[in-house]
Amino acid sequence: MPSTIPKSPFVAGFWAGMPFIAVGFPFSVFFGIVATEAGLSIAQASGFSLVVVAGASQFTALQLMIEDAPVWSVVAAALAVNLRMAMYSASLQPHLGSAPFWHRAFVAYLNYDSSYAISMARYEQNPPLNVREKVRFFIGTVSLMTPLWFLGTFLGAIFGKSILVGIDIDFAMPILFLALVAPMVKTLAHLAAAVTSIIAALLLAFLPSGTGLLVAAALAMIVGAEIERRRGR
Amino acid sequence: MSYSETQIWAIIVIMGICTYMIRFSFLGLIGKRDLPEWILRHLRYTPVAVLPGLVAPLVLATDANGQMDPTLIAAAVATSLIGWWRKGLFPGAMAGIATFFALNALL
Repeated sequence: MPSTIPKSPFVAGFWAGMPFIAVGFPFSVFFGIVATEAGLSIAQASGFSLVVVAGASQFTALQLMIEDAPVWSVVAAALAVNLRMAMYSASLQPHLGSAPFWHRAFVAYLNYDSSYAISMARYEQNPPLNVREKVRFFIGTVSLMTPLWFLGTFLGAIFGKSILVGIDIDFAMPILFLALVAPMVKTLAHLAAAVTSIIAALLLAFLPSGTGLLVAAALAMIVGAEIERRRGR
Repeated sequence: MSYSETQIWAIIVIMGICTYMIRFSFLGLIGKRDLPEWILRHLRYTPVAVLPGLVAPLVLATDANGQMDPTLIAAAVATSLIGWWRKGLFPGAMAGIATFFALNALL
């Protein structure tokens, strides 16, 4: 089917996802290394990335497994880290809710931080996309990142510490997420929500991993929505 | 680590299933029914409510000596301001990366 649009939503999503590969791929290699060093088999380390597809929660689980925590508490802590994705799921619903069931089922599997943030940034921009285009854009953002996430974990697990590269890319992840979210701050309500999120997340950092962020995010959403209700959009 | 093979696979599979259910939840079950306006009003703030709080502790994290990284903090501020001003991913990201490397070269 020939496309009359100069740049298809899939291709646009593909390119929008590129900068995050520089962060995500080394992150997955690192997970593979740490997981096998901790005692997981290559299959288990790779299985983690394939089945869970959520780096922060995988590292949380691994850390607790290294400490020999009970199975239920490993799972509970890791899931607390992932609960923010329920908010992602809810905020994608107005955009993708009318897509076919299996499209939504697929998007749900790969709804991680970067794919969500990149897609939402585009959905809120002009020109607006229709629902088919929104799904294609989303698939574009995950089309390279996801296979590389699996491959990176596998390579890290196989080669272990011998490929631990000396490049420090820790700084890139916060920078890229800030670069994504800063342009989304368009109104006073957005700004107030972002500031609330930062302050509350820092104040609540003592809570078990993931839970402080959840409370901070809920507070920030209330602040944003309340300011919008009083001032209008 | 002293888990059995079965326990490790149980952790992986249970985490996978529950994470999928979290991601599927609203998107999958509500489908195209319209949510009430007050819920939509809150959901409009999800990205700006979650991502800054996710990132802030990483930016202000301390190293083994309890020191924060001033170059990372400066890079984060530069990214936020330029990204907000220029309303785009690349100006913000470039400003942050340039600030980070420039300050690391100078200090």
